[in-house]
Amino acid sequence: MGAVALGVVSDRITPEVVAKVAKLARLSLSDDELQQATHQLSDMLDHFADIDALDLDGVEPMTHPTPIANVMRDDIEMDCLDRDEVLAAAPAAEDGRFRVPPVVGLDD
Amino acid sequence: MTDTVSDSVSAENTAETWTLRGYEMVVGLEVHVELATRTKLFSGSPNRFGDEPNTNIDPVTLGLPGALPVLNRQAVELAMRLGIALDCVVQRSTFARKNYFYPDMPKAYQISQYDQPICIDGWLDLPGSIRVGIERAHLEEDTGKSTHVGGTGGRIHGSDFSLIDFNRAGVPLVEIVSRPDIRTPDQAKAYVSELRAILVAVGASDAKMEEGSMRVDANVSVRLPGAEFGTRCEIKNVNSVRSVGRAIEYEAHRQVGMLEAGESIRQETRHWDENDGRTHTLRSKEDADDYRYFQEPDLVVVDPDPGWIERVRADLPVLPAARRVRLAEATGQVVDSEAILVVTDRDQDAYVLAVAEAGGDAARALVHVKEAFAEQGGRPTVPAADLAKLTRLEVDGKLTATQAKQVLAEIVANGGGDAEALAAAKGFEAMDTSELESMVDAAIAALPDAWAKFCAGEAKAVGALVGAVMKASKGQADGKAVTALLEARRDAS
Amino acid sequence: MSDQFPTSAVDIAWNVRNNIASAAEVLERHLAAIDEREGDIHAFNLVLADEARARAAEIDEAVAAGNDPGPLAGVPIALKDNMCTHGIPTTCSSKILLGWRPPYDATVVTKLHEAGAVIVGKTNLDEFAMGSSTENSAFGPTRNPRDISRVPGGSSGGSAAAVAAGFAAASLGSDTGGSIRQPAALCGVVGVKPTYGAVSRYGLVAFASSLDQIGPFANDVADAALVLEAISGHDQMDSTSIRQGPLDISRQLDMGVAGLRVGRITDLPEGASPDVAARLDEAFDALREAGAEIVDVEVPAFGYGLTAYYLIAPAEASSNLARYDGVRFGHRVEAPDTNAMYMATRTDGFGAEVKRRIMLGTYALSAGYYDAYYGRALRVRRRIAADFAIAYERADVLLTPASPTVAFRLGDKTSDPMSMYLCDTYTIPSNLTGDPGMSVPFGTGDDGLPVGVQILAPALEESRMFRTAAELERRAPK
Repeated sequence: MGAVALGVVSDRITPEVVAKVAKLARLSLSDDELQQATHQLSDMLDHFADIDALDLDGVEPMTHPTPIANVMRDDIEMDCLDRDEVLAAAPAAEDGRFRVPPVVGLDD
Repeated sequence: MTDTVSDSVSAENTAETWTLRGYEMVVGLEVHVELATRTKLFSGSPNRFGDEPNTNIDPVTLGLPGALPVLNRQAVELAMRLGIALDCVVQRSTFARKNYFYPDMPKAYQISQYDQPICIDGWLDLPGSIRVGIERAHLEEDTGKSTHVGGTGGRIHGSDFSLIDFNRAGVPLVEIVSRPDIRTPDQAKAYVSELRAILVAVGASDAKMEEGSMRVDANVSVRLPGAEFGTRCEIKNVNSVRSVGRAIEYEAHRQVGMLEAGESIRQETRHWDENDGRTHTLRSKEDADDYRYFQEPDLVVVDPDPGWIERVRADLPVLPAARRVRLAEATGQVVDSEAILVVTDRDQDAYVLAVAEAGGDAARALVHVKEAFAEQGGRPTVPAADLAKLTRLEVDGKLTATQAKQVLAEIVANGGGDAEALAAAKGFEAMDTSELESMVDAAIAALPDAWAKFCAGEAKAVGALVGAVMKASKGQADGKAVTALLEARRDAS
Repeated sequence: MSDQFPTSAVDIAWNVRNNIASAAEVLERHLAAIDEREGDIHAFNLVLADEARARAAEIDEAVAAGNDPGPLAGVPIALKDNMCTHGIPTTCSSKILLGWRPPYDATVVTKLHEAGAVIVGKTNLDEFAMGSSTENSAFGPTRNPRDISRVPGGSSGGSAAAVAAGFAAASLGSDTGGSIRQPAALCGVVGVKPTYGAVSRYGLVAFASSLDQIGPFANDVADAALVLEAISGHDQMDSTSIRQGPLDISRQLDMGVAGLRVGRITDLPEGASPDVAARLDEAFDALREAGAEIVDVEVPAFGYGLTAYYLIAPAEASSNLARYDGVRFGHRVEAPDTNAMYMATRTDGFGAEVKRRIMLGTYALSAGYYDAYYGRALRVRRRIAADFAIAYERADVLLTPASPTVAFRLGDKTSDPMSMYLCDTYTIPSNLTGDPGMSVPFGTGDDGLPVGVQILAPALEESRMFRTAAELERRAPK
């Protein structure tokens, strides 16, 4: 990220909200990065405000390009992956399982 | 503040009503069931319990880059079956991503259903004519399993590290959400039991709480009657039907105690501890997760055609409630009676009907099956015709109830037998009437005081007289017949 | 390279299948080109010389044994490094996947293999396909073979450059907002985004699931058709895969455009530089001369595509990239607990643009903002699709610029993310609608750099799109 001339920062998004969003996404930002991210996101959201002008009454959301429905497969077993190959690619493994540090602050 | 439920002396607790110092409880249950499919919800890895860790895995199960989900048709079929059995509407549905981070969530999102679940607006009737509404039933994938190592008790807090097994990740679940219509712990238990019976009957799941293929979370709040719903707490880690009742009872007590002390209930998730009989706050999260639900772009709409829905409906077996009604009508019993509930729950109702069909007496058969067939399972080894014959002998007065029980014991032990021959071998003969009458007369003569009291209207006095006849007949007399004779004598004099 | 020696995919395959040239020979020529210029261009994250030689030998053996190795026999093909190759590192040009070897092949990789292709390497890209210049790669940028002070475009810059530089006869890229068509235009090659669902996404590392498509780069339209036919077709591993067989395009390439209605979008958003606009005008003239009817159409919501895209794509991406958490594969930064591990791993492993888009997408989906951003963008998407449907009643294909400008210099747009996003102005709408689009070289612009003309067509009308492209190719200014 090159140096950015911080012009007028709109209040479309605040550093507090950006910090919350970063946490939701499990990204940590330094104070400088937080300021810069706030500025950039704010700038983008200013641009993206153009869609506010559109009259979208009665227009349904389009989540998929193609109107396919009912794609299903039969309940038949398929080959599984080789456990050794998979665990070899894991950052940490023990006893045939993936090993992670203690889980904290979350539901049981 | 009450610590345990021993304070229930102040709770008026019956199956139908529950109040505690004026408060009533409002309970909704969320039940997750593992579907009995061969493979996972979105991939072809086996849906199997107990295999070596991380052997039932594929790119989709592990959430590897580039992997894509493909929906299992049988999971949809089973979800439809259970939905229809619960009188739900089966509708067009979509999948959604529920985004949150947890090590046993391989994609860091769970594919579930949010806006448009596959089944809505059903109900479950409990014995005693209580109807619990079912808001929705939807499909979602299960997570992997974490084992916490180090620390004490295998709990997260204080563990050194965790090990993750993804065999269970991707197993198909249906989440069944009831409306908050439950008002007593017994109703909650009955709901869970009945739901389980239905799930097993339609083949959707083996629904075993002890094995985790059925998981119950309870949403509990309390209120003064007529008031708005109170703040509710979600109770997790309830692992048996009995715990459902205990946990709800405890939680309601806890909340009433807090409200009486002027404290407000904090909306939270609590963990039921079977050992100390209390619910505990789970470590509170710093920020409640925002799940950022949005429609799953890797899957398409599921819109079962009416023909499929009708076929599922037509193929449903007779459900437990209907079976109980059928059995009650055949045996002349009340539909909620213990015998009906127990025998149907054991899948032995069809057997009782078969005994009746073979010429037996349904009511007697019901009693015998309830008393003596606990170990027999859904397909008793005793031929229906054999039990039918036994009940005929009873009804015809050729065997007393006591004698019948003894013959039955032998029939059960041998997996069958001719009741008449067995009775003869034991020397059981029906006493002929004149022999019986002379014994009755002898008893009247021997116990004039008892006879006088009986004639004067003291019904209890008959006991001594009947006892004397039984003694004289060495237990061969039919108690009912003796009583009938004594009454006839009394009425005639 | 020798005039006699086959260089197009069509010619190579024909020659190899008919035992006139050997796959080994063809491969060596391409490897030599790589040796010579890859140092300057950096098209590849990984050159697979040994594997390719082994495969070429297999192909030659098959031919010698009288078997047909397939329609792409011996054709050296490069793969964008966001497509899973079993046992071969697949990085998405990100630190967070450095060293990761997938335990499975993407469907397109299997299809290429079955068609007899020889995979020569994994090409560089903007990290996780997010970018329009390949400058967001964690492993350094790729440079435009036409002018190495300039970008090749992105995000499939490496695949475009590999074909333009003669390192491969064809390559595969992925296109989410223009990431095949824009680099094709900048590098002077053909690039195709097929109809959404025509090519399986199984094994393509997801960026934005409802927008991503895999497609070919090639030196000419016939080659692109050949490769697209080989990789397209229904795949049971992809629920969004269209239920039909492979596309059938090659046979109709020379049918010409007589009577075809070619649409000029009169309300197209501004931003095309004059040289690009001039080549587009000439393209209309060329088609008119070839017998096409030029019609004016309007697509009023076209310009809103950029906003809709930059809300929908990052939203889906924020979810698709959540799996990079250090638990099961890839990079991990150890920490005392899982949350700290996620934070440290992702902060260290992702580059700036990826983080920016993840945050934008997380925001667009978050409670309280969903309706205004992601939800609204989905409705804009439907409006855009409706406008295009109306336009396609009056026109069979549409022509626009592929990129607003010719290739820009490295560093020109890196300090202003919005300026980079504008590169996708003309390509984005067809990702939103799912319709196909392709870029065909048509003359040069400023500084003698290549210009690409984009042809758009309705869903599953690749045939008429390719016919138009073939005509433009025949009539392109020399």
